[in-house]
Amino acid sequence: MSEVQEAIVEKKSEPLFSKKNRKLISDPLNDSNPITVQVLGICSALAITVQVQQAVIMSLSVLFVLIGGNIIISLMRNGIPDRIRIIVQLVIVAALVIIVNEVLKAFLPDISEKLSVFVGLIITNCIIMGRLEAFALANKPGPSFLDAIGNGLGYAWILLAVSVVREIFGSGAISFPGMGQVKFLPEGWFIGNGGFYENNNMMILPPMALVVVGVIIWIQRSRNTKLIESH
Amino acid sequence: MKGLHNFIDKKLKPNFTEGGKLSKFWVVFDALETFAFTPGHVTKSGAHIRDGIDLKRTMFMVILALVPCLLFGTWNAGHQYYASIGQEADLWAKLGVGALKVLPLVVVSYGVGLGIEFVFAGIRKHSINEGFLVSGMLIPLIMPVDVPLWMVAIATAFAVIIGKEVFGGTGMNILNIALTSRAFLFFAYPKQMSGEIWIHDVAANKTAGLLVDGHTGATALGHLANTVGKAADSAEVKGIMAQFEPGGMFSFENSFLGLIPGSIGETSTLACLIGAAILLFTGIGSWRIMLSFLIGGLTMGWLFNLAGANAFMGVSPLHQVVMGGFMFGLVFMATDPVTAAQTATGKLIYGFFGGFLSIMIRVFNGAYPEGVMMAVLFMNVMAPLIDHYVIQANINRRMKRSALQTA
Repeated sequence: MSEVQEAIVEKKSEPLFSKKNRKLISDPLNDSNPITVQVLGICSALAITVQVQQAVIMSLSVLFVLIGGNIIISLMRNGIPDRIRIIVQLVIVAALVIIVNEVLKAFLPDISEKLSVFVGLIITNCIIMGRLEAFALANKPGPSFLDAIGNGLGYAWILLAVSVVREIFGSGAISFPGMGQVKFLPEGWFIGNGGFYENNNMMILPPMALVVVGVIIWIQRSRNTKLIESH
Repeated sequence: MKGLHNFIDKKLKPNFTEGGKLSKFWVVFDALETFAFTPGHVTKSGAHIRDGIDLKRTMFMVILALVPCLLFGTWNAGHQYYASIGQEADLWAKLGVGALKVLPLVVVSYGVGLGIEFVFAGIRKHSINEGFLVSGMLIPLIMPVDVPLWMVAIATAFAVIIGKEVFGGTGMNILNIALTSRAFLFFAYPKQMSGEIWIHDVAANKTAGLLVDGHTGATALGHLANTVGKAADSAEVKGIMAQFEPGGMFSFENSFLGLIPGSIGETSTLACLIGAAILLFTGIGSWRIMLSFLIGGLTMGWLFNLAGANAFMGVSPLHQVVMGGFMFGLVFMATDPVTAAQTATGKLIYGFFGGFLSIMIRVFNGAYPEGVMMAVLFMNVMAPLIDHYVIQANINRRMKRSALQTA
């Protein structure tokens, strides 16, 4: 009975930014964050967070692919045969990723070089396939669009947080697309120049990204007690 | 003594107990009180056999076992300094130079580590335990003499927070705390953890031209790593290997006594053996791990002798195990009861592969002369797996036996 009622309610056109839909954006930022809670898309988060500029470009790329994929799949959802849906999803995601990759190569060649294979690997990013499977296949384009934005931003803020920590402590610098890398520590501070300071080389290595993500998860869980499993 | 005890119990204690003025600092008071006096708790029901040895006593025994290494390391730091610039100095001058370098390391290590322990104990409302007493002493002993103090502070903080507190505190850690801090420094600040750092001021003295002729400030393993990839009969390799002959700087006697450059506490095999004797006599260190670790190292050294592809491989197994941190790792790191294997058979396997890998890593990879650190950390990770299979094997054996009897 209640399912039928819900289905009827669903039929009525709902404003795009209703309370339920706003949750589609806010949830992935915290309660169901793709990286820290669902632990998806970890590989890219560890690999490309050495500098902030790479993290920004990567986040934008994933956001673009996620929005495009979610909307297209959502529009096609009633026409896709169930058996071949994964292949259809893959074709669409791959096409979007190739577009992103070509654009980066054309306009941001040096960052594209640093991101190397990781742009191509967005195809296999579990966040994207996960959202297509779990959300876009069963929802209208409007909510799918919001879901994509929410998850893309949830992915992005973790990447930004990790990359800011890693770049400040690992390279003593901060970078942004179009601005290049700015080293803000005085050269005289470094041991090689008679100072006392040295950049932390471990921050540049991927294992430290894992530790930083772990610390973020730790802080998040201590503030958000909903996430703690009962034992 | 009794008066003091009364004063603490009657006057000080009420301030710290629930509702007292300083109740927030109860954990600190409790930790310091039990340090000085045996706790007054008694079991409330039934009879239990209680032993006088608790965590605090255990930790204290290990600290006691570390004292020879600490004293010798302090003296050796001064000795190496004067030897590198070719000056004669008496015992007290050497100890003085050494103490100026070693004491700040000890203070920083304990200050940072215990500070973090106190904060976590306060947040978690646990009593402060003694888990850091030994780690805090081990950390300075595995550092180079001239390592910057702030790096030690960061490494200690990393090891205590990420290596231990994340897992739930003392006794829950997977990796050895002291080695975690060493590994952190090794990867985070490679320039400060290799090269001309093993003797106080050696780099500065080198540029000033004060060093004794031919002195490079490198450790035994650093010299040996230099021979790899060069013809065994070239003049350079021969010159290096001559230092390992009797009478040379890195002769067996010098390496055994510890009169060589290296991390503060690791150089002297003799001091480590005294520590080992204390640990074995009090039953705190596991003889299984120590023995199998030694056998593992000797086996790998012997296998390298058979292969003999370069001068480093040709070093005799006995000489291999007295160089570098092998003995220190064997006595104090591998036997850490928290991170080692727990089963008797598991300890033998754990120790053997620890020693085996130590020598293998140091010979094969010149960039990681301290193979002991890598090997022990690796075996720390493997220890639960080893235990699992040992226990499974035991279960299977007994299952088979019982099946035979019933059939």
